[in-house]
Amino acid sequence: MFENLSKRFQKVLKDLKGEGHLTPRHIEAAMKEVRLALLEADVHFKVVKDFVARVQEKALGQDVMLSLSPGQQVVRIVHQELIEVLGGGQASVTFSKQPPSVFLMVGLQGSGKTTTSGKLARFLSQEGHHPLLVSLDVYRPAARQQLSIIAESLGLPIYEAPQEMNPLVLAREALELARNKGYDVLILDTAGRLHINDELMNELEQIKGLTHPVETLLVADSMTGQDAVKSASEFHEKVGLTGVILTKLDGDARGGAALSLRHVVGQPIKFAGIGEKLDALEPFYPDRLAGRILGMGDVLSLIEKAEQTIEEEKALEMAEKIRRNEFDLEDFRDQLRQIRKMGPLDQILGMLPGIGPLKGLNKLQIDEKELLHVEAIINSMTPYERCNHHVINGHRRKRIAMGSGRPVQEVNRLLKQYVDMKKMLKTMSGSFMGKALMKKMKGRSFPGMGGGFFG
Amino acid sequence: MADKTEKKSFFQRLKAAVQGTRDNLLGKIENIVLGKKEISPEMLDDLEAVLIGADIGVSIASEVIEKTRQKVDRKLLCDPDHLRESIRQELLAILLEAQKAAPQASVSGPAASPWVIMLVGVNGTGKTTTLGKLANRYMTDGKSVLICAADTFRAAAVEQLSVWARRAGADMVHQSSGGNPSAVIFDSLQAAVARKTDIVLVDTAGRLHTKSNLMQELEKMKRIAERQVRGAPHEVLLVLDATTGQNGLIQAKEFIKSAGVGGLIVTKLDGTAKGGVVFSIVREFRIPIRFVGIGEKIDDLIEFSPEAFVDGIFLSGRE
Repeated sequence: MFENLSKRFQKVLKDLKGEGHLTPRHIEAAMKEVRLALLEADVHFKVVKDFVARVQEKALGQDVMLSLSPGQQVVRIVHQELIEVLGGGQASVTFSKQPPSVFLMVGLQGSGKTTTSGKLARFLSQEGHHPLLVSLDVYRPAARQQLSIIAESLGLPIYEAPQEMNPLVLAREALELARNKGYDVLILDTAGRLHINDELMNELEQIKGLTHPVETLLVADSMTGQDAVKSASEFHEKVGLTGVILTKLDGDARGGAALSLRHVVGQPIKFAGIGEKLDALEPFYPDRLAGRILGMGDVLSLIEKAEQTIEEEKALEMAEKIRRNEFDLEDFRDQLRQIRKMGPLDQILGMLPGIGPLKGLNKLQIDEKELLHVEAIINSMTPYERCNHHVINGHRRKRIAMGSGRPVQEVNRLLKQYVDMKKMLKTMSGSFMGKALMKKMKGRSFPGMGGGFFG
Repeated sequence: MADKTEKKSFFQRLKAAVQGTRDNLLGKIENIVLGKKEISPEMLDDLEAVLIGADIGVSIASEVIEKTRQKVDRKLLCDPDHLRESIRQELLAILLEAQKAAPQASVSGPAASPWVIMLVGVNGTGKTTTLGKLANRYMTDGKSVLICAADTFRAAAVEQLSVWARRAGADMVHQSSGGNPSAVIFDSLQAAVARKTDIVLVDTAGRLHTKSNLMQELEKMKRIAERQVRGAPHEVLLVLDATTGQNGLIQAKEFIKSAGVGGLIVTKLDGTAKGGVVFSIVREFRIPIRFVGIGEKIDDLIEFSPEAFVDGIFLSGRE
């Protein structure tokens, strides 16, 4: 199902050609696919609607980066916006001035509160804190035992009173113990509860009123669907959340619930659970999840690589040179370097929407070594030779071959390829050297052409 | 057949359990169609959003709406009040087809003794609780039940299960925590054969379907079971949390592949989540839904009925 989505999206990106800035047509076509991707990722439909509207407004009229197609540019904007909505950088937990800092863990049944309480205690103790654990789950059979076993395996203290069946009493006693024994953090693990269970939600309010937690953290399953909005907003309304911990991210859920959660709770996602072991808790990285929610990893990594390696200025300069037919061997080498920086060529080609399906290219084997050899040959030329290839006579060729450690035939072949390429660029620039095409020269067609030469 | 009063009470309990769902969806649908004379395209768009909001997924939601749209175009459907019924029928058809296509496994058949049922699923869906409820259900039916505590991984899983075993009055076989789950199955089935137990219920550790080593462990557990009792496990049921979104489809796919899942149990339907992802699952894999969990009490597990499931969503609250 996801492959289909990806394929269809590539088609849309391919069909969006032209112009230097984003037009409503580009944006609408791309956003239709984005909307679908977000829904498939379990982002709540209303959140999708809001999000799409906002990005659409933002994208309109933006310049298209030289190395990207308009469709890719839209995806780039969406991706950046996703990162921002998910919280930009990382968020950490806060501590109260007067210890102990109380952390209240809340959530639905089975979201992973008990395991996460243990993980959080371990995380904090590694940071130099002295956390005390207590389970207020007097309902689920053996829930308190579960936390005891976890605490024991971590070698961390836990307050236990097996006979006590009142969560409020347990909370108060644990708080007293923390104060008296100098624990600076108290982690309250609570029973899983439905957000529509008034009785249990009231209990939570009472616990909160009694313990004044500095952090009230919603523990939420990353596999949650559309219901995330409803349950999170109820929890938020009743107990005022300060953050979210997203669990089970080591699965393959796209995790769109995170976007819904951010939307309704407005508080940062602070941690991510990434495994069953007790050390499998890490700070939440919005950029990683943004890519996952969008589910367009191939397009995204291409955008990223293009951003990193192709400096716009250089690209512009190059385009100008091609237009004036001043494309010399030094430029040729620069291009090769750009290509090499972007990673293994066949990988790059595979990532390019539109190039993948091109006939013949799939089978193309590009030898990275060959690129190295070509560069070595050009490096062995004098700057003068690089700008004026026609002065390279037999004598010079021999010297270049010696210098680069390649046979003379290879030098000959390279020069011929360079001349052919220059000729081709000239014809192309003569016929339809629009701005858009030049963009392609820089970003995408080049590796393909190169392949033709070296293959 | 259960007697009439019991059946009614089950139905009422299901209705009560999905009350939130129904009021919600129904409210939305009535808001959409109320007082309107004609079916407008916006109405259908809004309805599609309602279905997507129920986790039914974009593809089935748009398909159902598209079919309805065609009916409207061909003038087979004109009255906004009939929209709901049309959608209800489409959804029901998906469930009914899967319930029919799949052979119903049966405990009461002349099959092997003991009849072995294994529960599998990702972490936190409610396997242990569901197993306790199932044990109670079969005990109430007069069957002898042996619980096999094969979740040797999660802290206090055995203790949790033993509380349920006590509540249901069922026997339980377990080992110390951290043991080998296949060994627990071996012991359980030997004990069950010796004691001539009717039903063995196997609780397994929750595992994400992406962990290939843990999925292989399930395969091994199945092999051990088969070696002990012919045809075992006779039923492997996937326990699916109703709050799960589209990932449920992938979960089902992987658990079917590794564990040979032949049916579903949908839990936590007493919340506001609708469990709509089951429509994709049953259609794609043709496996029936066997039970639904509607609360934390021991008898809050009821047999699945497609009509009740869809009706529970669409019935008006006036009845």
